[in-house]
Amino acid sequence: MIDSLERRPLVAEVLGERGDALVVAGLGSPTWDLFAAGDRPENLYTWGGMGLALPTALGLALAVPERRVLCITGDGEIMMGIGSLAVVANQAPENLAILVLDNESFGETGQQRGLTAGPTDIAAIAAGAGISATMTVRAGNQVADLAQFLFAAVGPRLAVAKIALTEEPWALPEKDGATIARRFREAIMGAPRTTDR
Amino acid sequence: MTKLGPSAEIDWSNDVFREMKAREISLVATVPDGGLTRLLNMCEDDHATRVVTLTTEPEGVGVCIGAWLGGKKSLLAMQSSGVGNCINALGMPATMRAPCLMLVAMRGQWGEFNPWQVPMGGATRPALEAIGVRCFDVDAPNRIGETFAAAADLAFHGGFATAVLIGQRAIGAKGFGRDD
Repeated sequence: MIDSLERRPLVAEVLGERGDALVVAGLGSPTWDLFAAGDRPENLYTWGGMGLALPTALGLALAVPERRVLCITGDGEIMMGIGSLAVVANQAPENLAILVLDNESFGETGQQRGLTAGPTDIAAIAAGAGISATMTVRAGNQVADLAQFLFAAVGPRLAVAKIALTEEPWALPEKDGATIARRFREAIMGAPRTTDR
Repeated sequence: MTKLGPSAEIDWSNDVFREMKAREISLVATVPDGGLTRLLNMCEDDHATRVVTLTTEPEGVGVCIGAWLGGKKSLLAMQSSGVGNCINALGMPATMRAPCLMLVAMRGQWGEFNPWQVPMGGATRPALEAIGVRCFDVDAPNRIGETFAAAADLAFHGGFATAVLIGQRAIGAKGFGRDD
């Protein structure tokens, strides 16, 4: 059962504590939420590749262990690549945190009922996959704790925020994948000095 | 059935590993294949190389892109059957102009014993090409290393998805005890 927790204020409040964290957003609403909270080069927006936000965040976390990496995604996206939780647990990156915005629906495609509206519990699956630090948030007064959970402790860790099914105003970031990737990569590595990628 | 014996696998695995090290490819994402056993064991034994075992191959596309965004070079190693799982995922490196280097051990072609491998074996190259991956077939064990090097350089210098398809003729067909 979902109460009135709304995605945009939740994401904005959590990201207020991000520091220099790198953020990878899943396609659709998590990407719009990330952009709406404030555009930064350290944001990786995705418009496709459903199921790949978490593997992408994992590869990034392994490559830059000194930076906190946050993956923000939705229930439908993470369910498509649910096995990735086992991959994350086995790699055990201490700098990786995952925030699942769970509205129990395929919000982008007509608000069809999702699997987590039934008996499926993503935090429990994460724990079973071997991610021992999990948290489920259902109310606005837990959001400060959520930010601490995501940014202030050793990973890997996963939080599920049970959010209301809402229709937010469009907040569409850059769409060109090469532009998004280049800006993000240069934010981490600086401008390229050679032709070697 | 061509049987090349273990020495051929040792040689080409050494060649590929050497080319990986020369390019600082330090992460290997994989759903394993029997034909890649020696190479994957070499990667596991090397402290400077991280092996990321996947549940399904498209995860490896994400892992490789993420690693590249963070400045690390990586490789996705899999069987040809896994290529079919990756097709939508491979739209991501195409859109991002991100390198994605793949090493594919072919099944379902030269001397295949298992008919279930044949449809995807035949579809591997056309499916990869349909999503924009540059493919390099190699059947001769002594050319696998140089082919891998060429595909790696195209990927990392040009920002392309590339795949080395190691023919079953080079790996040796699995016989399931029939002829082993």
